[in-house]
Amino acid sequence: MLKKEGEIRIPSGCAISGIINKTGECSINGSSIVKSIAHMHDRSNGLGGGFAGYGIYPEYADQYAFHVFYEDMTAREETERYLDRYFEMVNLSRIPTRKHPRIKDEPQIWRYFVNPIFTLLQEEQEEIDEKQFIVETVFHINTFIKGAYIFSSGKNMGVFKAVGFPEDVGEFYRLEEYDAYSWTAHGRYPTNTPGWWGGAHPFALLDYSIVHNGEISSYDANRRFIEMFDYKCNLQTDTEVITYIIDYLNRKQGLNYENIAKIIAAPFWEEIKRMPEAEAKRITLFRNTFASLLITGPFSIILGFNGGFMALNDRLKLRSMVTGEKDNIVYIASEECAIRAICPDIENIWAPQGGEPIIVRVNR
Amino acid sequence: MIIEGKDIYFADLNKAIKQADASEVTVNNIIGQRYIGSGVQGKNLILHGTPGNALGAYLDNCNITVYGNVQDAVGDTMNNGEIIVHGNGGDTLGYAMRGGVIYVKGNGGYRVGIHMKEYQENKPVLVVGGRVGSFLGEYQAGGILVVLGLGVDNSFPTGNYCGTGMHGGVMYIRSDVPPQNPLPHLLIRECAREDLTEIQPFIKNYCSYFNILEADIFNKPFYKITPGGGNHYNTIYAHN
Repeated sequence: MLKKEGEIRIPSGCAISGIINKTGECSINGSSIVKSIAHMHDRSNGLGGGFAGYGIYPEYADQYAFHVFYEDMTAREETERYLDRYFEMVNLSRIPTRKHPRIKDEPQIWRYFVNPIFTLLQEEQEEIDEKQFIVETVFHINTFIKGAYIFSSGKNMGVFKAVGFPEDVGEFYRLEEYDAYSWTAHGRYPTNTPGWWGGAHPFALLDYSIVHNGEISSYDANRRFIEMFDYKCNLQTDTEVITYIIDYLNRKQGLNYENIAKIIAAPFWEEIKRMPEAEAKRITLFRNTFASLLITGPFSIILGFNGGFMALNDRLKLRSMVTGEKDNIVYIASEECAIRAICPDIENIWAPQGGEPIIVRVNR
Repeated sequence: MIIEGKDIYFADLNKAIKQADASEVTVNNIIGQRYIGSGVQGKNLILHGTPGNALGAYLDNCNITVYGNVQDAVGDTMNNGEIIVHGNGGDTLGYAMRGGVIYVKGNGGYRVGIHMKEYQENKPVLVVGGRVGSFLGEYQAGGILVVLGLGVDNSFPTGNYCGTGMHGGVMYIRSDVPPQNPLPHLLIRECAREDLTEIQPFIKNYCSYFNILEADIFNKPFYKITPGGGNHYNTIYAHN
């Protein structure tokens, strides 16, 4: 039987790309991001590709959109029974796909638009933390229902991923039928396993999604810390633990993305020494408080969230990443060719420094 | 001979370039194809667009001119020949170069000139017109790195950790201020005009390729950076 992520270690190479319309208009068709990532074909090896689109479900913008892989009918029945108990299902269907010669062994892929149901007692006692409830639901299903895996759980956004080259994955999921204000994409290059659909990127929780190129060397330090806060690192991938770190720092600690970048790609102590006193004090506080959330080793990531995205390199910049802007659209990719492929006459392409976050928020 | 570079896989494009029965080959609309020029002998390549990573890797007896930006690891382990880039360079530009010359009109990324080396008459030269990112000349073992800092005022045009692990070769950096926070193992001194004799011909070429006045280059001081004495790495790789 195929070994899943978490049962074997997989170092990886990879490609990432992201596009965002700063006006917030859902003007970017899925075919654009597919074309972009396709130009970095050789950064992947066909063992994983995926996309995250934001603003793609305007008709169900207020519901959580669960995208789920099922290995068999039993998993689906059990999951739907569970969801039925705690959620009002506004819509459910298979996610539309097309037959593709290079995408094989697909699981059943379902999509649910749901509203959580809370009891009167819970509401009266103001015990409701809706997002925490969603997170616990995702962890419960992914941990305890065999053969079921929720891989997307945000509002008005969705992840589409599979084992295959990213351009094939995009065609398989018919991404040309979706328009978004923001897309991220990933092409994967794991080297030691056949890969698994759930282990492809983006990795997502709530509306946070991460695409990641690199291999972090702080994995176990990060994992040990984050598991203390009830995050379950089932897949044992870098991307999973990075997503949980973001969720913890942003949703639970209330830190903004600028500060999160200073924690996970913290400035060197030598640089802190040279900072103005107030800034040095703030960064020192972060480094001391969240020492275990420093991410070391090579990475370039794009973190998608509702209303924007953040791109970030490791502080030594051991992975490439370039960015550029034209007509209110911001492009970020591992290679310039992936930007030029969809915006040939873009000017002023530049490379952010290691640890320098590029944060783009849409105006709405 | 002209080849259309759009929608052609890198291996096929490289094959077409190699098989071209012409000493000058132009590729239009090149976009991300890797290893261009590797294994090509005795040709001039003119590239319009954005060639992919490892452009001119192992380049030998071949010249490349690019009208556009280049990506990462240009000139990786190149042996001889010339690469002229009318645009910016990416990370690890001139990676482990062992001969030949690279001219980049604009900026370079991180780790420019990482592990350049030289042996006897083989002495690579890399000239970057603008600024470069951190770790310039990381583990540099030989050769000449020149950063002109054009368009950069009142700051040293190299990023942090310039010369980390440097144990051979030389850097010439044009700047109106000395380097901030230099690494302790490096010798840094401001050059007199006669100290620049070694790089004079390369600056002349840079100016002629990119249509820049030489007078606009020599209006600011140059700093010469070499590994200091007592450097344990000096003789590990080669007696240079």
